[in-house]
Amino acid sequence: MLRFILRRLGFMVLTVILASIIIFWATTVLPGDVATMVLGRFATPQAKAKLRTELGLDKPIAVQYSTWLGKYARGDWGKSVSTDTAVRPVVFQRLRNSFMLAIVAFALYVPLGILLGLVAALKRNTWLDNSISVGSLAFIGLPEFVSGVILITIFAVELKWLPSQSAIDPQSTFVQAFPYLILPAITVALTSLAYVVRMTRSSTVDVLQMDYVRTANLKGLTPRRVLFTHVLRNSLLPTITVVAIGIGWLIGGLIVTESVYDYPGIGRLLLFAIQRRDLQLIQATALLIVIIYVVANLVADILYAVLNPRIRYQ
Amino acid sequence: MVEPNLNDELLDAAIMDEGVAAELLAPGNGNPRPSSWRLYWRRLKKRPAALVGTIIFCVFLFLAVFGPWVAPYDYQTQNVKVRLDAPSVAHPFGADQFGRDIFSRIIVGTRNIFLIGGFGTLVAVVIGTAIGLASGYVGGTSDEVVMRLLDVLLSFPSLLLALVLLSTVGPSNFNLVLVVAILYIPMVARVVRSMVLDLKNKEFVEAARVRGEKRSYILFREILPNSLPPLLVEASMRFSYSIFLVASLGYLGLGVQPPSPDWGLQINDARNFLPIAPWLLLFPACTIAVLVVSTNLMSDGLRQVMLPGGGRN
Repeated sequence: MLRFILRRLGFMVLTVILASIIIFWATTVLPGDVATMVLGRFATPQAKAKLRTELGLDKPIAVQYSTWLGKYARGDWGKSVSTDTAVRPVVFQRLRNSFMLAIVAFALYVPLGILLGLVAALKRNTWLDNSISVGSLAFIGLPEFVSGVILITIFAVELKWLPSQSAIDPQSTFVQAFPYLILPAITVALTSLAYVVRMTRSSTVDVLQMDYVRTANLKGLTPRRVLFTHVLRNSLLPTITVVAIGIGWLIGGLIVTESVYDYPGIGRLLLFAIQRRDLQLIQATALLIVIIYVVANLVADILYAVLNPRIRYQ
Repeated sequence: MVEPNLNDELLDAAIMDEGVAAELLAPGNGNPRPSSWRLYWRRLKKRPAALVGTIIFCVFLFLAVFGPWVAPYDYQTQNVKVRLDAPSVAHPFGADQFGRDIFSRIIVGTRNIFLIGGFGTLVAVVIGTAIGLASGYVGGTSDEVVMRLLDVLLSFPSLLLALVLLSTVGPSNFNLVLVVAILYIPMVARVVRSMVLDLKNKEFVEAARVRGEKRSYILFREILPNSLPPLLVEASMRFSYSIFLVASLGYLGLGVQPPSPDWGLQINDARNFLPIAPWLLLFPACTIAVLVVSTNLMSDGLRQVMLPGGGRN
């Protein structure tokens, strides 16, 4: 088990380093002259040269990269050009807000998805199963900005139950923010919900057809007992993987949803940075998102191995 | 993967339709491929949801090709008299803040989505297939290295990678195609590679090797045709995701640039007029939903039809 974790940890570090190279390359090498971008086309050559020295752009690219990564690891994330403040506190504050949103979404879609998936599997090939299956297929394909604006139209504009925008003070507490989190959380949850439903349904259907389940039924156990002590243990394993892989979707969904609702999370911050061409902010935010994603996948892998000995002893 | 199930399905087909089964089982029918396409069509017809999805998809495909000739108005003609008008007979989906016909803009906008998503997916399929074939067939350390590198690309949430790339190269249709391709190459390569690993030790490939066939013959005439069903399913799934992605990028302002009509952009513009003219927003939103859902139904149907027994999940 320890070897398994160490191996995975090694891959994780390697992945993050390679990802940081891609981010650095995409933000520093691709766009051409950063000094011109920051100062504008009509800046004097002296001013550009001064800024280049300031930013360390006159040094070789490998040196620039290692300096950047070293500073990043030590927590010196630089200063944002567009807000003229230190990058790190802003990023972490927005990250906290995104976590609040993600947690509410998570609490919505994981239990509900498992429940709907189980119902569909147990009532296989009935109208209930068909409507759950086709419905979930429909929601997988619905971009967040489409479901988001439809939800806003219904619940905020027509019914006036909930606020249509979530542009809250970035420092609000969870309780203060909660009313503004409901619609965005539903928006984020819809896509992921569909994935959980489909995975739970298909794995439960598979498990229900296994011999040991038939044995359990034939020896006279109550259906409830068969389901909870025999079926669920095996059928929920793939669901865990899907929930973990879904974190990638969740992040993508957060970026779009936060923009739809103007919610001050990390996705909104990334878009702001991109619109302002604020390279320091783009790099810091993008790398942090990758790290979170990779760590989440690692945790899911370990969890899966703990629950499934067949993987552990490979 | 497909082979073991084919016989059962043939028997099914034989019971259902003697004509087709006779044709499929006829002696001397040396080339089974065209017939298996017939079989796929036959199975598809038994799935109403997949069939409906395919038909709607074909309607959109038609609009993508012939849109500008089908649309009742020019997509950029501004008519001040009908500004923000509600849906009517003259303007079935209403008119936007400049008095442009929304119905026409949606129809003409279909082409961009199909061009970007379609070409992006195509490039990804070609390059991904090449990488998957080579890496899987050669195997060993180089295979391991290539796959790890592709894993790195997969360790980015796809929207994040698209945003980071587009933020620096700038949004243009060409760059969007490139970004879609870069995002999907690793996924296609993985599918093809796993098929190659599965097939390269099968008897018929072994036989070709023993016959002394060239490596290119084995790869392109033996392995590739047999990897086609999962590849096609993967491609159709990628395409439906690419619609999703291109529309989302358009909404975020990093997709198709104005004045070209784009559904995502239309929705973003329409948000300011939501209380007074909700149709500005609802029609493009529903169009995206219908297209993506029908493409999903189609690709899900393709998977069930071409990879019976599940294939990959």
